[in-house]
Amino acid sequence: MTQPEVLLSVENVSLTFGRVQALAHVSCEVRQGEIVAIIGPNGAGKTSLLNCISNFYRPTSGRIRFAGRDLARVPASRIAPLGIARTFQNIALYTGLSTLDNLMAARHIHMKSGFLGCLLYWGFGHREDLAHRLVVEEIIDFLEMQHIRKAVVGALPHGLRKRVELGRALALEPRLLLLDEPMTGMNQEEKEDMARFILDTYERRDVTILLIEHDMGLVMDIADRVIVLDFGKKIAEGTPEEIKQNPDVIKAYLGQEHGTL
Amino acid sequence: MSVLRPAGEFDASYAYDMATIRRPWQWAALFLLIAALYTLPLYASQGLVALLNRTIIVIIAVQGLNLLTGYTGQISLGQAAFMTVGGYISALLVNLLNWNYLPALLAAAVGAGVVGLLFGLPSLRVKGFYLVMATLAAQFIIPWFTRNAFHDVLNGAQGLNVRPPELFGIVFNTPQRYFMLTLTLLILTTVVAQNVSRSRLGRAFVSIRDHDLAAELLGVNLFKYKLQAFFLAAVYAGIAGSLAAHQLRHLNSETFGLNDSVLMLGMLVVGGLGTGMGPFLGAVVIELLIEAATVLGPVVASYFPSTATGAVQALRPLLFGLALMLFLIFEPRGLAHRWQLFKAAWRLRPFSH
Repeated sequence: MTQPEVLLSVENVSLTFGRVQALAHVSCEVRQGEIVAIIGPNGAGKTSLLNCISNFYRPTSGRIRFAGRDLARVPASRIAPLGIARTFQNIALYTGLSTLDNLMAARHIHMKSGFLGCLLYWGFGHREDLAHRLVVEEIIDFLEMQHIRKAVVGALPHGLRKRVELGRALALEPRLLLLDEPMTGMNQEEKEDMARFILDTYERRDVTILLIEHDMGLVMDIADRVIVLDFGKKIAEGTPEEIKQNPDVIKAYLGQEHGTL
Repeated sequence: MSVLRPAGEFDASYAYDMATIRRPWQWAALFLLIAALYTLPLYASQGLVALLNRTIIVIIAVQGLNLLTGYTGQISLGQAAFMTVGGYISALLVNLLNWNYLPALLAAAVGAGVVGLLFGLPSLRVKGFYLVMATLAAQFIIPWFTRNAFHDVLNGAQGLNVRPPELFGIVFNTPQRYFMLTLTLLILTTVVAQNVSRSRLGRAFVSIRDHDLAAELLGVNLFKYKLQAFFLAAVYAGIAGSLAAHQLRHLNSETFGLNDSVLMLGMLVVGGLGTGMGPFLGAVVIELLIEAATVLGPVVASYFPSTATGAVQALRPLLFGLALMLFLIFEPRGLAHRWQLFKAAWRLRPFSH
């Protein structure tokens, strides 16, 4: 059996802010069709790594390649068209828009109406909006958000907003989905819902997923591979089983006295 | 929470769900309203029509500002400066080159748009308060330019006498005739503003306003769309400035000043930022306030004889400031939001929710 192709490769990436070393020589790979989790204590550099991949930060050194393409020269607004979508740790929705319009706004990169086309709207612009509305409605169905379709997202509770943000990322139709703590601040039921949505997304939408999460039980359940960061360094990488046994991880992440997960 | 539809009305298709005007009776009402407006000069007084002309011109300028500030979130204090640009361009083209008014108006719109684009360039680097300062620069540079540059063409501080527009053999030299022109343009600008707000362009604008970093990572080219917003806002200002100049028949560097820019921003706040109704409601309410100040001025003056001469002038900024403050405190989302609440309450009557 041949291994699936490498979708994302992080090669020796370092990131420094002044004297703070957020990332130090991190290398890792994500293959097509994997769910990879990044774990690590607070301040370990997990979100910094995600920000580097989505080109929000530029690595101080090292290289990040997506589908064989070096991301260093790609401007931030061209990342989404390449096929990378992300959600944010502190939800970054368009708070003044409805759920529907948040998702429609994410269809931006797939739409072609130009400046004049939008001023006139009738004909092509209208037809295009209708066509993309169908795609968006499918995602709304998929994530069970029909009841909040027209609700302004600024007024939604936290758990639903996280779901809308996942929907917005899916509306980009990405190849690689970066999820930054998709389950923070959720109760057990909401977490289980979100886990189900992530797995459904993975199975039905042919998306490779790289996620940061603190909930160990969940990470161990859904991830194919786990990468562990601590103080900007990668200290371990492997299957959930291997990570559970890794003494460095237990020491750095869980504290010495716990012993096992 | 969500959109409330009247009882018995269902969104049977996405096209119907997305439509702005949904029912046959709404189309009928709209056409009746437009017809009533076009025939208004036949029975309304000259003073009322002149007031309407002024208000419509302000509405057009505020609509432009709404696209930039209300939808895209880039606060601008330069709108009146771009009106100056539009006014000068069409005045010069009609006066000196004997252009027909329509192409002159088009040139005024595009010319103002290009100047707006230039002053929008700092928006890539600066946001919020700092961008306000950058747009304020337009408000100083452009009037200075009209006063001091090309003295033989622009006539310095004295400014220009502007000819009334002439189209298809009709000279628009009375408020009644002019009203045909302003009303037609208002309909056009309203339709375009509505199209922008519901299309891909409008969603890109709002995503920049609501979360610019997320917008960029979701594939919106911030610079491109901010510049397009600046361009559109200045195009609207150019149209309004041209209309105002040809109506006043005179134009100099002080015709549209900083206080007009502030006034328009205030109108937008009172009406409701980022709503289609906002510019209409805000401009009408503030214009009415200013009219009220003119009427009330002499009354106030009779109570304070010592300030008689200043009372009228003082009352205008006083009422405007008071209205703005009350709105910021009690209804920062503007009259448009009130109108939405009222509509929802009406549909739910006799229940409260």
